[in-house]
Amino acid sequence: MPDLGKYADTVLSAYAASLLLLALLLVVTLWRGAWVRSELKSVEKRIRGNG
Amino acid sequence: MSIWEYANPKKFLHTSERVLPSLWVVSAVLILGGLIWGFFFTPDDYRQGSTVKIIYLHVPAALMAINAWFMMLLASLIWVIRRHHVSALAAKAAAPVGIIMTLIALITGAIWGQPMWGTWWAWDPRLTSFLVLFLFYLGYIALWEAIDNPDTAADLTSILCLVGSVFAVLSRYAVNFWNQGLHQGASLSLDKEENVADVFAFPLYTCMAGFILFFIALVLYRTGTEIRARRMKALIARERMSDA
Repeated sequence: MPDLGKYADTVLSAYAASLLLLALLLVVTLWRGAWVRSELKSVEKRIRGNG
Repeated sequence: MSIWEYANPKKFLHTSERVLPSLWVVSAVLILGGLIWGFFFTPDDYRQGSTVKIIYLHVPAALMAINAWFMMLLASLIWVIRRHHVSALAAKAAAPVGIIMTLIALITGAIWGQPMWGTWWAWDPRLTSFLVLFLFYLGYIALWEAIDNPDTAADLTSILCLVGSVFAVLSRYAVNFWNQGLHQGASLSLDKEENVADVFAFPLYTCMAGFILFFIALVLYRTGTEIRARRMKALIARERMSDA
């Protein structure tokens, strides 16, 4: 860990906030993608089943 | 081969699924590599101390906040002129990525500003135009959600995107337009005298490249999701009509 001196809180909070937002964006993106994919599959299956 | 082939949703999905794994990996390597390089292996600045390390997040996020809007503008213009649904959905998919980038730029700027300028916020031209850009992103996302008909939503959001572009340009050039305010000029310049020192610039370039590829990967993936969601809506509507 580098010595961040008197600005340690400043630097670490900037990194924490940014990485948290990036991770949140990635997780929400992947989660919604997987949900839509599985819902579409089940709708297609139902429609095929109904003939 | 023409770029308009990708207006076909099937072709778009097929190609994006082929390139996405490499894009995720390369963007992760560049972002993590650049941040580790910048955080652990660069010296403190003689004036800013260790707060200079915030540049590796602030500048790439600000870069993508502005360029995401320009990408949305281009996609919106393609929708307005050629009526390709994939381009309208790509603009919609990019907005949440753009707003997060704008938020990161605003938050890291405020955190850095507190010890350096003595204030979290100032009504400086660049900060203010960035805040307005953030509000435009919010409005753009809200407008998509508020309108049921996807074509009408795409038309109206395209107009909003065109108007918001003024603020995207202002966010980029506000420092040059008005020689006032707290925000310093561009950190990166082709002029060696004005550019940040190489020791800071190289990890910064790495992070910027990573953010650009991360943005492309997110937009490709999210556009694929929007295409599938649109197809699902159409299938459900057709099913309801045949049941009625």
